[in-house]
Amino acid sequence: MGTKEKQSVSQTKRDWENNTLKETLDKSPERRERFITTSSRPIARIYTPIDIADFNYEEHLGFPGQYPYTRGVYPTMYRGRLWTMRMFSGFGTAEQTNTRFRYLLEQGQTGLSVAFHLPTIQGYDSDDPMSKGEIGVCGVAVDSLADMEILFSHIPLNKVTTSMTINAPAAVLLCFYIAAAEKQGVSSTQIGGTIQNDILKEYQAQKTWIFPPDPSMRIITDILQFCTKKVPRWNTISISGYHIREAGATAVQEVAFTLANGLAYVQAGVDAGLKVDDFAPRLSFFFDSHLDLFEEIAKFRVARRVWAREIQDRFKAKNPRSYLLRFHTQTAGVSLTAQQPENNIVRTTIEALAAILGGTQSLHTNSMDEAWALPTEKAATIALRTQQILAHESGVANTIDPLGGSYFIEALTNEMEEETYRYFDRIEKLGGVVEAIKKGFFQREISDSAFRFQREIEEKERIIVGVNEYVTDDQLEIPVLKIDPEVERTQLARLQKTRKTRNNQKVDQLLGQLQRAAEGTDNLLPHILAAVREYATVGEICNALRDVYGEYQEPIIF
Amino acid sequence: MTETRKIRVLIAKPGLDGHDRGAKVVARALRDAGFEVIYTGLRQTPEQIAETALQEDVDVVGLSILSGAHMRLFPEIMQLLKEREMADVLVIAGGIIPEDDFEPLKKLGIKEIFGPGTPTGEIVDFIRKHTK
Repeated sequence: MGTKEKQSVSQTKRDWENNTLKETLDKSPERRERFITTSSRPIARIYTPIDIADFNYEEHLGFPGQYPYTRGVYPTMYRGRLWTMRMFSGFGTAEQTNTRFRYLLEQGQTGLSVAFHLPTIQGYDSDDPMSKGEIGVCGVAVDSLADMEILFSHIPLNKVTTSMTINAPAAVLLCFYIAAAEKQGVSSTQIGGTIQNDILKEYQAQKTWIFPPDPSMRIITDILQFCTKKVPRWNTISISGYHIREAGATAVQEVAFTLANGLAYVQAGVDAGLKVDDFAPRLSFFFDSHLDLFEEIAKFRVARRVWAREIQDRFKAKNPRSYLLRFHTQTAGVSLTAQQPENNIVRTTIEALAAILGGTQSLHTNSMDEAWALPTEKAATIALRTQQILAHESGVANTIDPLGGSYFIEALTNEMEEETYRYFDRIEKLGGVVEAIKKGFFQREISDSAFRFQREIEEKERIIVGVNEYVTDDQLEIPVLKIDPEVERTQLARLQKTRKTRNNQKVDQLLGQLQRAAEGTDNLLPHILAAVREYATVGEICNALRDVYGEYQEPIIF
Repeated sequence: MTETRKIRVLIAKPGLDGHDRGAKVVARALRDAGFEVIYTGLRQTPEQIAETALQEDVDVVGLSILSGAHMRLFPEIMQLLKEREMADVLVIAGGIIPEDDFEPLKKLGIKEIFGPGTPTGEIVDFIRKHTK
């Protein structure tokens, strides 16, 4: 915008404020002193060309599929292919989840997404005392290759792709998957999928760590090296903002911390001797989509632009595929209310809309009953239908980045981008992501934001329908999923049988070799895979590594 | 004039989940309300929780769980508190707990269950009312 035009718009705006606006405000003031987003960001009354005065279309936006990818990572986006509707599921035994997976595949779903139960996530076997009451409750119980074979039985692993939400023991579950594929006659070069494998956000937010940060980063670089050679179609890390946001972070904290973590992984890979263009194209992202429509859309655009720029400038990547921030989105679990749960369908719809307008590659929509338990089949079906209605009926997938050029969206995108860089500077000053974790920086930032959010609700600066306004005394009338206690017995029996029928001497020997590799510098993956093929369990492998690395103790901050 | 002892509260996280947002928000609100708050950190076994409650000589134990294992872990915690002669400690709970489970949990002696969306002030008032 030229100086002259800028002056003219500024003058017109001042005239409007002094006359038209003032007259109205004198008669009836606005509803609130300040208007804020879900992240407590103040929002102006109106946005005009003045707010994006330095806007340069080609530099800031460009075209989809071209640097800096603000408008989208692919040239045709949803006109070419809709986002993947990838619903996260897993419960009970491997048999039960296998049945659910096969049902989903029959319905035309092409990708699977596995939720493991908490003992697997924490690297405990089902018969560990720590697993009491948790077997098959929050996800599917997987102890060894025996369970994995059942989980994917009659599912061709050279045809489907599978996303596994697994972090601290990600190397073990990846090896389970490779070994299960081998049993089907499918080689590791043919399989495709994702492991979350994002340990940094575990220390910051999700809190399902096992080992301390330094050995954890070593395991991750081992995975990057191994997959680059042996599992080339695998997405090695799903760099996740979701859990950071759910733990209470603001939208900017989510995008800034997630990108900082991503850049730390790239640096670790480069430091381990990998070429950035050999592994960066296999990194993907996972974000939250919260209720504040415009702030969320701006967040996704910031993420794409900053990632492309940093990968190009910092790491001198040459392959354009390295610049692409491809991401999965899940609607905000934390925005679901236990009160009047049917209202959550509406919340999820708005959040899904934000993800689509923000250019997501895949989407999970939460079910209305998830403030109470895992979803029932009916609730999960409504959540999937929500995506289908948005895709086919709403018209929002017809054009790319429909809000691009909006004064508000562009101003918000620029503002959030600047704030992201301010966080990068602060993290840098603390000595990088791992050092900042050890100092409790992220944990404190997130917990402060969570507390402020709660205060705003209690002071009614923020209205949550059914919670602090429009409250009713109606009893809950939706059915809630229950896990059959039989699951625990079945799982414990299978684990016992596995331990009886395998070659225990061989397992011990392989676990010993794994420990020696962990003490040295050998890549751990071939050792884990060898033990897994002999039916070593996730708990045994993680305990072998616990002996070498110890467990992380977090600083208590609240 | 006697100096009154601050009410001592243990916020404990049984279960394997890492969801500590609620526990921390409540811990901070209780601290701001003038209570002495001890937070256990994550993944505490029933034994660890009962032992900490005893060692810290608390008046209140607040259990936060989102993993779904409450029906297995809460009865054990209540039993272990009883064995340590701490049956008079006020035990309250919060997290993801289906309504059907409220009644059996209350029968165990858990005085109140504060679900998602509870104002922290309500928890403060409840503790003040139910402790000497």
